[in-house]
Amino acid sequence: MIRIGVDVGGTNTDAVLMNGETVVSFTKQPTSSDIKTGIERAISLVLKNSDIDRSQIKYCMIGTTQFTNAFVQRQQLNKVAIIRLGLPSAGALKPLCGWPQQMIDALEHTSYLIKGGHQFDGTVNNSLDWHQIKQAAADIKRKRYKAVAISGIFSPVNNDFEQQVRDYLLEQQPDLAISLSHEIGRIGLIERENSCIMNASLAKLATKVIDAFEQSLTNLDIQAPLFITQNDGTLMNAAQVRKYPVMTFASGPTNSMRGAVFLTGLKQAIVADIGGTTTDIGMLQQGFPRESSIPVDIGGVRTNFQMPDIIVLGLGGGTRIRLDDGITIGPDSVGYELTSKGIIFGGDTLTATDVVSKLGRCNINKAQPERVNHSDDVLKAIEHKMHQQLEDCIDKIKTSKEKIPLILVGGGQILINQTPDNVSELLRPKYAEVANAIGASIGQISGDIDVVCQYKIQGRDVAIASAKQQAIDKAIAQGAIANTVKIVDIQEIPLSYVKDDAVRIKVKATGDLF
Amino acid sequence: MKITKQQLEDFARGAALLGAGGGGDPYIGRLLAEQAFDDFDVPEVIDPDSLDDDATVIPIAMLGAPTVLIEKAASGDDLNLLLKEMEHQLGKKVDAVMPIEIGGVNSCLPFVIAARAGLPVVNADGMGRAFPNLDMVTFNVYGCAISPIVMTDEHLNALTIKTRCAKKAEAFARSIVAETGLSAMISCYPLTGKQVKEYGVKNTITLGLEIGQAIKFGRQSNNALGALLDYLASTEYYKNARVLGHGKVEDVLRETRDGFSFGHCTIVENKVEEGANIAPREPIILSFQNEFLAAKQGDKFLATVPDIIAIVDSDTIEPITAESVRFGQRVTILAISVPEIMTTDKALAIFGPRVFGLDTDYQSL
Repeated sequence: MIRIGVDVGGTNTDAVLMNGETVVSFTKQPTSSDIKTGIERAISLVLKNSDIDRSQIKYCMIGTTQFTNAFVQRQQLNKVAIIRLGLPSAGALKPLCGWPQQMIDALEHTSYLIKGGHQFDGTVNNSLDWHQIKQAAADIKRKRYKAVAISGIFSPVNNDFEQQVRDYLLEQQPDLAISLSHEIGRIGLIERENSCIMNASLAKLATKVIDAFEQSLTNLDIQAPLFITQNDGTLMNAAQVRKYPVMTFASGPTNSMRGAVFLTGLKQAIVADIGGTTTDIGMLQQGFPRESSIPVDIGGVRTNFQMPDIIVLGLGGGTRIRLDDGITIGPDSVGYELTSKGIIFGGDTLTATDVVSKLGRCNINKAQPERVNHSDDVLKAIEHKMHQQLEDCIDKIKTSKEKIPLILVGGGQILINQTPDNVSELLRPKYAEVANAIGASIGQISGDIDVVCQYKIQGRDVAIASAKQQAIDKAIAQGAIANTVKIVDIQEIPLSYVKDDAVRIKVKATGDLF
Repeated sequence: MKITKQQLEDFARGAALLGAGGGGDPYIGRLLAEQAFDDFDVPEVIDPDSLDDDATVIPIAMLGAPTVLIEKAASGDDLNLLLKEMEHQLGKKVDAVMPIEIGGVNSCLPFVIAARAGLPVVNADGMGRAFPNLDMVTFNVYGCAISPIVMTDEHLNALTIKTRCAKKAEAFARSIVAETGLSAMISCYPLTGKQVKEYGVKNTITLGLEIGQAIKFGRQSNNALGALLDYLASTEYYKNARVLGHGKVEDVLRETRDGFSFGHCTIVENKVEEGANIAPREPIILSFQNEFLAAKQGDKFLATVPDIIAIVDSDTIEPITAESVRFGQRVTILAISVPEIMTTDKALAIFGPRVFGLDTDYQSL
């Protein structure tokens, strides 16, 4: 299967041309301010460096941070009508509560609080008030809203109301972009509603970005369908991204980790993606990044997205080393100026790369390690401290005492030259520097479910089997080939402070796109 | 005094520490209070000693599963109804509200009802921390009646329980909560001003706020732990605060029985600096039942309930709940003494170590 994977980062746009399991060609190009030009340049180059005809390309996968950046920078956000189906529950909390004022100011919106909602077990807590819904629909039309966010209480357990209201609104106004909270977030009304509103605010930009990507492919004469990576490392097709752009948040670190899985074949490991400024350390479970269990704030807004649990360490190739008061490593970096400011490149700033170069740990093109005149003892002490920092982060990210392998990816991996004590082995796969673009090209599709069940009523086996089936159905609905879909994660979390045996079940299924 | 909207974040952080690992995440409570401050007015926080002896004060809380609270929150009217129904039961007007527990999500709830009803909040509570049960309250210890107990839900159902036994009240209330969708608003232990003055744990709202502020300001000078300990040392009742150890969470074991999360976590002390000739100390084991109950090293108890055992992130000093403790976290274990009113023989009979099945008598820090 021939395909192209692209990762658009803040500094570089990486592309790989893949044929099955083989990397045919790859490139690292500067990201362009319009994004599109950089992508076109990178894709042209990988094609040029291969003898593959562009007509043979079957898929094109892109990982991008544009949507995250747009939201955080409050740019290009469209106005949103917010509908909550919940009253009388949560009536004491309005939508957008807890948002930073400048974010609220940047987002033109109207909120409609409507009667309706479910209980934790999926039974109706209050039936929908259609009179209120009709009024809201008319108001939305009058105020010319094009994007609507709908959140219902306990909609992850029962999504009937969100869907009924969506269907009605579309009958009234077929061109509406409607975001449903149960398709985006999990239990936790405010966080899920926030994510849903964020998504709705990106509707217009999503159209623009996907149109531009598709235009780029047309310009390059590539007929292949376009896929975008989402935060769990699986893919969404272009049509889904137009509806759910928010699902691309944090796909960057995930792509690197998925790339590491592809390059090593390991499914349980720690991955350290060492760049120019920072190292992202995450843990793989069943071939996917472990999810963060703490709430994630984006642009000051609390969400409960499935985000990879990543520890960011201020250590990269350009990290500054100071010796005035013991050894201080970073956290600042000379970044892209490494090749002018680093000592081995003729500059006068001691960086992490200078240290390992002088110690003879690596050969760097056009470098002059002899320009570093610190003693070996000092340099070794610095190197020891860098290793120590990585080892500490590995300890934090691990979930058990058991030792598992460490996979190094990213351009800064030359900094680490010994196997930390707390891992079983150190792997440095070929093509590690473009692991992120490779990760984007893997081609898996997922389905997630998060529900609350009462084992006393359903029985544990039935409840779990039903949750599994829902996750599988969801993955297939998103495009996974049915006979490849597997359950990759099941979590049972008993609800505390409650005597009934109510349990929250989270299931994730994944399958192959091709 | 008032706690402003801007101060609620600090207050919630302090309340999380006083939750001793339990009490639920105060975030949803903080949002509810912020919204009430925006929509109504910021309530006055009053000194318990300024209360008239015959004033009427009611403690307020949410009861139920934190997972449901983060979905259904409060309707607002359910809180107003709670007040109205309690006034009806008592046959008199309520003069002020107060938290039943200062730890966790329930610390913020009285502010919501106070803002909505234009009542002051008394700077005191009935636990001085968080506890899992309705009977584990100083007012119960010193003989104040738990009844009438009023519970309301978002559909404006109101239920009243009258029983002389606080333990029985707990059982009744939990079964009502099962019918209301696992969350309800509750008020119990209606008090006179005199009772609040005699049996309340005083000034805990200020305490929560100032703990949160000490951590925040300490972070700015990179010494949040020092700032927190200095602050606690300056307080009247919580001054015996110490660090039991710094280390890494090496193991966490959990099980859920009867709606409570039981378990323990093992914390291994940080590596001794290389070259230092000190034998490594034994790991510290914290046991919990929703809240942390005891810290043990080998056979020795370092601290037990009712003193507050809390763990915080070693870098940020952000409190970590027992629910979110996990392998690899770098933590600092703190033990904080509680006021004397909580450590008398009578009090220990209600929430001392033996009540929680620990094989030790209470020893003060």
